[in-house]
Amino acid sequence: MSQANEWPLWEVFVRSKSGLDHKHCGSLHAPDAKLAIQAARDVYTRRQEGTSVWVVRSDQIVASDPADKAMYFDPMADKVYRHPTFYQLPPSVDQM
Amino acid sequence: MGVRQTSIEPSRAPPVQYVLRLADLCLILAQRLGEWCGHAPILEEDIALTNTALDLIGQARALLTHAGRLGAAQGCGVVLDEDQLAFLREERDYLNPTLVELPRGDFAFTTLRNAMVATWLTHMWQHLSASSDAEVAGIAAKAVKEARYHQRHAADWVVRLGDGTAESKQRLEEALHELWPYTAELFESDTVDEHAAASGLGPRWSALREGWFAQMRVLLSEAGLAMPAEGPFRSTGRSGKHSEHLGYLLTDMQYLQRAYPGGAW
Repeated sequence: MSQANEWPLWEVFVRSKSGLDHKHCGSLHAPDAKLAIQAARDVYTRRQEGTSVWVVRSDQIVASDPADKAMYFDPMADKVYRHPTFYQLPPSVDQM
Repeated sequence: MGVRQTSIEPSRAPPVQYVLRLADLCLILAQRLGEWCGHAPILEEDIALTNTALDLIGQARALLTHAGRLGAAQGCGVVLDEDQLAFLREERDYLNPTLVELPRGDFAFTTLRNAMVATWLTHMWQHLSASSDAEVAGIAAKAVKEARYHQRHAADWVVRLGDGTAESKQRLEEALHELWPYTAELFESDTVDEHAAASGLGPRWSALREGWFAQMRVLLSEAGLAMPAEGPFRSTGRSGKHSEHLGYLLTDMQYLQRAYPGGAW
């Protein structure tokens, strides 16, 4: 948890190429959004990783509770029919 | 101890001096910023300062390489490479303005100097992107993007420190009064400048004055600081006459190449 005298934590998302989605790549401390974007640029795009950066205050992210994992996610394990693997694709779209 | 590497002497032709002044400004400020590595107030800023240093070293490398070739073309005979020019000159042959060799000071001092220099460089690179020397124009076109970011980042911090706590404001104010007298040298012109302006190589440094002052006036007022009056003091680093600080900096910077000539890794 962050201390009262510490700057807030921000999560950083970087888009590596136009057309791709922003991917989470880490976090950093910054006093506000403006410096968070600059710090994200300096810390996470030094090696040409990005063409666009998002930052979001970590405390603004609502996450699922790890304790709910069994109830939330385990029931999906045996429902293979939810995967689109049972369709016969015509040969012309075989490379989909 | 093996053979000590002896010093080289760069060409004194005006175009070479013009390029070396700018190259050395970038090189020496980069060395000062490198001193922050592992010492900045926060991790994120540690990386930002060293990123800036690396950008400046990149700019210095390109300019030094070009100065070496220009020197050969101007009759110096041999082509001195970037490493020889960076590491094997005597103190008097470094032509950076004194401003960038001053010790790094505290974070306020470093940040304000970065803002001053980045603002100056933004204007300089803009002018140079129209240089009659295609190599210089190419270097400038790439460097101006880097300088714009350095300027924005440093200027943001200047406003924050000026508009921050009583202590941050006081430190920024002290930095301003220490640094200000050394900015006059950034707008002096001499025969080297006249030569560059006549050949289209680049602007007289005095031509950057108006744009720099306009931008600094806005920045300082945003930070709640008054622009100091201009005094009679003139530093002379770009003619090779430096403060007492450059010698120590060069001792650090040159040590490896002097002790292990041609060392590479």
